[in-house]
Amino acid sequence: MLEIKNLHARIVDDGTEIIRGLNLTVKAGEVAAIMGPNGSGKSTLSYILAGREDYEVTEGDILYNGQSILEMDPAERATAGIFLAFQYPMEIPGVATMEFLKVAMNEQRKARGEEPLKVPEFLKRVKDAAASLNMDMAMLKRPLNVGFSGGEKKRAEILQMKLLEPRLCVLDETDSGLDIDALKIVSDGVNALRSPDRAIVVITHYQRLLEHIVPDTVHVLYRGQVIKSGDKSLALDLEANGYAGVIGQAA
Amino acid sequence: MNMHAQPQRTLAETALIDAFGERLSLLPGDGAVMVKRDDAIEAIKHGLPTRRVESWHYTDLRRLLTKVPAFEAGAVTKALAPVLEGSAVLPVLNGLSQTKLPEIDGVTVQRLSEKLTDGSVAPGLDPYGSDDAIGAMNTAFVADGYFVDIADGAKLEKPVELQNLQAGGQSHVRLLARVGAGAKAVIVERQAGEGDEALVSSVSQLVVGDGAEVTWLIVQEQPETATHLAQFKAHIGKDAKLTLFVMNAGGKLVRQEVVVRTTGEGADFKLRGINLLAGDTHTDTTMVLDHAVPHTTSTEVIRNVVTGKARGVFQGRINVHQYAQKTNAKMACNTLLLSDDGEFSTKPELEIFADDVVCGHGATVTEIDHDHLFYLMARGIDEKSARGLLVKAFVAEVIEELDDEALVEALEARLDGWFSTHG
Repeated sequence: MLEIKNLHARIVDDGTEIIRGLNLTVKAGEVAAIMGPNGSGKSTLSYILAGREDYEVTEGDILYNGQSILEMDPAERATAGIFLAFQYPMEIPGVATMEFLKVAMNEQRKARGEEPLKVPEFLKRVKDAAASLNMDMAMLKRPLNVGFSGGEKKRAEILQMKLLEPRLCVLDETDSGLDIDALKIVSDGVNALRSPDRAIVVITHYQRLLEHIVPDTVHVLYRGQVIKSGDKSLALDLEANGYAGVIGQAA
Repeated sequence: MNMHAQPQRTLAETALIDAFGERLSLLPGDGAVMVKRDDAIEAIKHGLPTRRVESWHYTDLRRLLTKVPAFEAGAVTKALAPVLEGSAVLPVLNGLSQTKLPEIDGVTVQRLSEKLTDGSVAPGLDPYGSDDAIGAMNTAFVADGYFVDIADGAKLEKPVELQNLQAGGQSHVRLLARVGAGAKAVIVERQAGEGDEALVSSVSQLVVGDGAEVTWLIVQEQPETATHLAQFKAHIGKDAKLTLFVMNAGGKLVRQEVVVRTTGEGADFKLRGINLLAGDTHTDTTMVLDHAVPHTTSTEVIRNVVTGKARGVFQGRINVHQYAQKTNAKMACNTLLLSDDGEFSTKPELEIFADDVVCGHGATVTEIDHDHLFYLMARGIDEKSARGLLVKAFVAEVIEELDDEALVEALEARLDGWFSTHG
């Protein structure tokens, strides 16, 4: 589903190269975890997948279902089925959350040639999704993410993911800022989305999240490259021994 | 008016002075009113204000008012559907009030032409200062309008909408309102038109009685062929509240003056303004607020969206008088600049003669936040729609504060209308 080939990318503003020859393949139905120390390029990778303009791909390619997405803008990528759950979701004053959800769902439907959702159907979907994540509907009456706690913002991201039903989900540090109960609820939400035709990329620092969302593959990112791949036992190994060993082997 | 000797009259000045000679016999008014008209045209003979006059620095009326159309032009034939459903509509069509008017409980409506003829409004026709060009032009030419009297204690169930509609040519209108003690009302002042070049002057005068609560909405949607010179003057009594909402979404050359005075302790004034600026236009909102007695409060929030080659101005002057202790006043003007050719000038002024007050002001000019844009697009909302959402959000924040669902919905519908043609 996702194939990243020899990707090189830099920050547009100052030309700093962050991704340096990254290769990664994630198949449909797979949950892939990307781990790595601070500054290894994890968040940058998630932004590049979503199409943020602050980064420029200088070499290599990203294929999604066999097609390069490099020329697509963020909205086109999203309507094609790529979803990024942000590490720090933006607070947007003045944009009502419900209005935003409706516009986003219907824009995606429009792009796929589907009819816009009728209001009762829309409300039902939002209510069901909110209930499954233990979210209060009153929260959704507020402007988008404004005044939400860190944990509420993360839940709101997963709520959006549930409603938009993407094919490739990228979760950037979704566990940060969550207490143990919230982590459980959010993980259950993600696990409910596991399906044979969907791939999930979980970016995290810690093994903790992976106890709840058990990955099929684990990849260690260091200095903009995947330096080691393995199964879920690799995450346990990292937890026990730290990154130093793996980094040492690669060097 | 201003005492600068003008080297030569402009075409517009000459046209105004000539028009006065021609119109005089048609204008209603007793002797007292006619004296005010003569004084007013004398002021215009001294010249329209230029950028050398401080309060007109950013809107050089003498230079910008290049032409004055003839009086007669097209004709508007009927009133518009009101902004707020169910409102009682009082239309002024082509500068003239109407005879068939709705009955409104607790409200007495008189045609202004009658009050000019009997001279009862003469004392209110004086300009408010030496540089009051709008007041002078209006006093010289005003032919009609309404006087709306809301009885003490009346709580109006339906809003009243004053419509000033023109179809080119000149119209000079006055809208007077007295809201009695303890009364409650929502009043919409609608300024709109169609057709060819127009020169509109419109002066609204409001007295808010003790303990009364008034929401006054100015919805200005003139065509891009209109010069719209407007003034809103109000006195706010003891423990009375006035919320003035001004939406400028049209006009070629627009100046909306807001002149407000708190006259009783406990008076509260809120100004909320939205300027939606497009094309090659000039829109000026100028406020002079006098906190004239102790213990009065005010907040002013102006949000501007600038596109195309539009130029905008906000001047906000707050005078806190010497005895007006415990005044609390806050003013903010925020601009979203969406084009390289647009501009917005902000001039806040605080003149404080009391020593125990809280006063502040702030101004910002920003572009669309790229992080916000990315976030919306990452959810599949295309760039144009995402920008639209963010721009609308920027101004909608001011509307949502209004705390009245029908009002919020009606104004957001006006916003959507503007964005669908200018977005």
